Amino acid sequence: MAKHVVARASEIPPGHRKIVSVRGREIGIFNLGGEFFALFNRCPHQGAALCTGEIVSRLESTIPGDYRLSRPGEMLRCPWHCWEFDIRTGQSWCESNSVHARTFPVTTEPLAAETVDVTIAERYVVVTL
Amino acid sequence: MTLQHGAIDCDIHPTVPSVRDLLPHLEPYWREHILRRGLERDNFDISAYPSGSPLTSRPDWRGAGGLAATNLASIQAQLLDPFRPSAAICNVLHGAQMMMSEDLSLALCRGINNWLIAEFLDRDPRLRASITVPIHSAELAAEEVERLAGDQRFVQVLLLAMAEVPLGRRQMWPLYRVAEKYGLPIGIHAGSSFRHPPSAGGWGSLYLEDYVSFAQGFAGALNSLLAEGVFQKFPDLKVVLIESGVTWMPASMWRIDKTWRGVRSEVPWLAQLPTEIIRDRVRMTLQPFDAPPDVAAVTRVLEQLGSDDMLLFSTDYPHWQFDGMDALPAGLPPALIQKILFDNPRATYPRLAALHPVGETTS
Ligand code: FES
Repeated sequence: MAKHVVARASEIPPGHRKIVSVRGREIGIFNLGGEFFALFNRCPHQGAALCTGEIVSRLESTIPGDYRLSRPGEMLRCPWHCWEFDIRTGQSWCESNSVHARTFPVTTEPLAAETVDVTIAERYVVVTL
Repeated sequence: MTLQHGAIDCDIHPTVPSVRDLLPHLEPYWREHILRRGLERDNFDISAYPSGSPLTSRPDWRGAGGLAATNLASIQAQLLDPFRPSAAICNVLHGAQMMMSEDLSLALCRGINNWLIAEFLDRDPRLRASITVPIHSAELAAEEVERLAGDQRFVQVLLLAMAEVPLGRRQMWPLYRVAEKYGLPIGIHAGSSFRHPPSAGGWGSLYLEDYVSFAQGFAGALNSLLAEGVFQKFPDLKVVLIESGVTWMPASMWRIDKTWRGVRSEVPWLAQLPTEIIRDRVRMTLQPFDAPPDVAAVTRVLEQLGSDDMLLFSTDYPHWQFDGMDALPAGLPPALIQKILFDNPRATYPRLAALHPVGETTS
């Protein structure tokens, strides 16, 4: 496992994502209210580019007539067959015990940037894989 | 295959010989109403089971007027004595359930229920019945269930698969509420009130089309119950699909699971695979068992159903589904037969749960 610097944190504002390539693998980096999460850009169902799907919320109800919107902007809907995944955990909503999108640990870390005379302290997004 | 004694037969059909026979069982107002209109001259056969159709009755069971199962003596001689079930559930198929006038519908359904009590239930302890209700008025249907629920010989409420609206719609909920309250499963029998064509594509020309298309009607009814959230709204309600055939179910299960995965957000109350709900809450009567008569094919269908709890024994008497004493289709594994004949019906119908195990009940 190695750490890979994939983006400046400022490139991915809250509610946005960026798809990066790490050792030949495409990974989607998502910013949920300042927290970063990374998902493999491959749907566990049939391999669609999962991370290009729509970012949605969760619609919940225990019985018809009782409706709740929860987890705003924290679900990802696959562009192919519309299975929905929890961006935080990769869990699918349709078979949460058996179907998961692969996730990777992400951190943001201050790094010394690449200049000679000046060191710019900025936070970078770092994926471990 | 011949049957062990003591089975619970979950679908038999006493036939109302004529509306004249119901007159003594009607309230005076409605007796007079029917006589004034001359309605006693019509028998309100339902088009789903025309009395002359070969499927409607085995030829050796037809009586002098061509109808079968019109009185207790013939039901005893043809079914109860030879097959020796420990209990048999009477489901009366009659136009009473679908009259345009909801009040007349209720009045005739009441008459049928009273006729069942007087002519059958009071006269043979092996008989049980479904409550016949007006299917186009959940409110009046619930009223009739309230009237009879105290009589433990009524074990279920009888609907038809295809009515004016899909069965899951909220206007049906008052009936489900009362059925759940009294521990009565909703029995959905093959058939239609023919307010709509039995095939979604329009009116067919021949009985063959109608009868085969009933399976679509069942799939539609079940999909509606699932999608509208009836199983979540009424967590103790059970549903029995009666005379639905069996082989359409695995394909329908796979299809609804597959589609649900992609549209779950539309029906968030379905928090588990629809098939899991079906296996838990939906039962099917055995006849007509429409799989090919070979063990490998039957085994495959049973595997695809994915539950040993779903099938309930039925002869479908007097409908013509088998000859002689061969009420059990070939190819059923022996351990499953025991469940189908006895354990599953007892688990499905709370009012039959106390029936003695097979072997102790034969007299
Ligand atoms: S490939 Fe993603 S839902 Fe089918």
